[in-house]
Amino acid sequence: MEIVDIVPPMLKNNVIVTTVDSLFKWAHGNSIWPLSSGLACCAIEMMSAAGGRFDIARFGYEVFRPCPRQADLLIVAGTLTWKMTPPLIRLYEEMAEPKYVIAMGNCTIAGGPFADSYSVVPGIDEIIPVDVYIPGCPPRPEALINGMLKLKEKIMHPNHVEKAKEELLQQKLAKMEKLKQMGGAGK
Amino acid sequence: MPQIFPKFYPQNLVTMAVDFIEQILLYIFGNQFVVDCIFKFMGIGAILGVISLAAMLFTYEERKVCAFMQKRIGPNRVGPYGLLQSMADTLKLMTKEDIIPLGCDRVVWALAPMLLFAPSALIYAFYTFDDGVVLADVNIGLFLLLAISSQAVLPFLMGGYASNSKYALIGGMRTVAQMISYEAPMAFSLLGVVMITGSMNIGDIVKMQGELPWFVFLQPIAFIIYIICATAETNRTPFDLVEDESEIVAGPFTEYSGMRWALFFMAEYANLLSVSIIATTLFLGGWQGPILPAPVWFWGKVLVMVFLFMWFRWTFPRTRVDQLLEFSWKVLLPLALVNLLLTGIGMYSVKEFFASF
Repeated sequence: MEIVDIVPPMLKNNVIVTTVDSLFKWAHGNSIWPLSSGLACCAIEMMSAAGGRFDIARFGYEVFRPCPRQADLLIVAGTLTWKMTPPLIRLYEEMAEPKYVIAMGNCTIAGGPFADSYSVVPGIDEIIPVDVYIPGCPPRPEALINGMLKLKEKIMHPNHVEKAKEELLQQKLAKMEKLKQMGGAGK
Repeated sequence: MPQIFPKFYPQNLVTMAVDFIEQILLYIFGNQFVVDCIFKFMGIGAILGVISLAAMLFTYEERKVCAFMQKRIGPNRVGPYGLLQSMADTLKLMTKEDIIPLGCDRVVWALAPMLLFAPSALIYAFYTFDDGVVLADVNIGLFLLLAISSQAVLPFLMGGYASNSKYALIGGMRTVAQMISYEAPMAFSLLGVVMITGSMNIGDIVKMQGELPWFVFLQPIAFIIYIICATAETNRTPFDLVEDESEIVAGPFTEYSGMRWALFFMAEYANLLSVSIIATTLFLGGWQGPILPAPVWFWGKVLVMVFLFMWFRWTFPRTRVDQLLEFSWKVLLPLALVNLLLTGIGMYSVKEFFASF
């Protein structure tokens, strides 16, 4: 809920309402410092995203902090095994609020090619909350940059996520309705 | 003709404006002491403004220079040419959660970033930005400068010790070893300049460089030693064993988050600027230069020096701890002493040469 929603409708056209919140959202969205941590091959793509060809620095996201205390974003890049889970959770908990998580690559989304393995975590959202999923095996650096821009959008306009969720729900409902009608016609 | 020219010289305008404000304040308060106090506080405010502006600008400049070295573009999306990038970073750091780790020595831990920032801001009082533009015009300016800037060693150890973290403690002790061993050759390299001028007043040293050539030509060895030591003192890359990412996470800053960490960061950039200002005033002739007005010369030289330090940062790989300490005690310190000896011999022979006529 934002301040804009609390303002009575009578005043809405007469008063310009702005908040410090929007300024802070702008700041948070434009300065996401990732933690320099990589688990597997996706980390190589993460590194090349900071290199000359893709240059994540254009958006101001190239400040890879070595210490979780100063980082905002945990990019889980690569296959996560159950053995590595406690250190990753610890890294996540050491980060200062507000903190975000990107699940990069198929392994982190659902285990990828190791989905049936006894040692691989089938999707990191079972362990830590995830903000943005980037599919691919591994995703290209452009995909990572796009994911980070999506995260920026999520930070700067939190209601966009709700809207997108609602739209998705509506689409699903419409599809179900269609299927029902088709089923009815068949009978 | 010579009467007309000084009238339009901008420096005169500034002095006139200052006199005007002083007259008004004197009229309001009617007490010279109060007016002096107000002027001193205005000076302190101006210095803090310079430091915060430098910290904001240099983070942006550093990222741009880094991008330039690595054939990248650098920040260009936030604001025009990415100029608002450091603004966004500062605002974000201000609003981050302030984590105080369990088991840390709270008072010492909280004091460390402030105590680090204080001396690096304090030494700006002795810098002469222009002829007579100095907050505290003292006769032992250079001595005080070295004495106060060497106080910046302790807060690193305080922060490292109080964090209750292995990485921080190792980082803090490393920092102390590094900064103390580079303090000695730096002081000896500056002594050559003091021997030539015979004064520790920074204004006098700059004025002397108008009569003699710039000291970078008279003291080239001292200049090189000073540049190396300054890089080590500001903990920048060939010697950045403090924030050693691949070995000790982030050194003494490991447990600091948000604005406390940003204070360390600000102190680092204040140090970078002050080191460049010392190099400019002692070796590159300060505000002196032909045609252009003095502030342009001064800040131009300072920014060239800042660029030089950034160039070092993105060109050289990091040294090892033992290499670093050996280089200081076995190479730089003897070289600085030899430089002092050569300066003495040179001054004596020049004096004898002129006395023989």
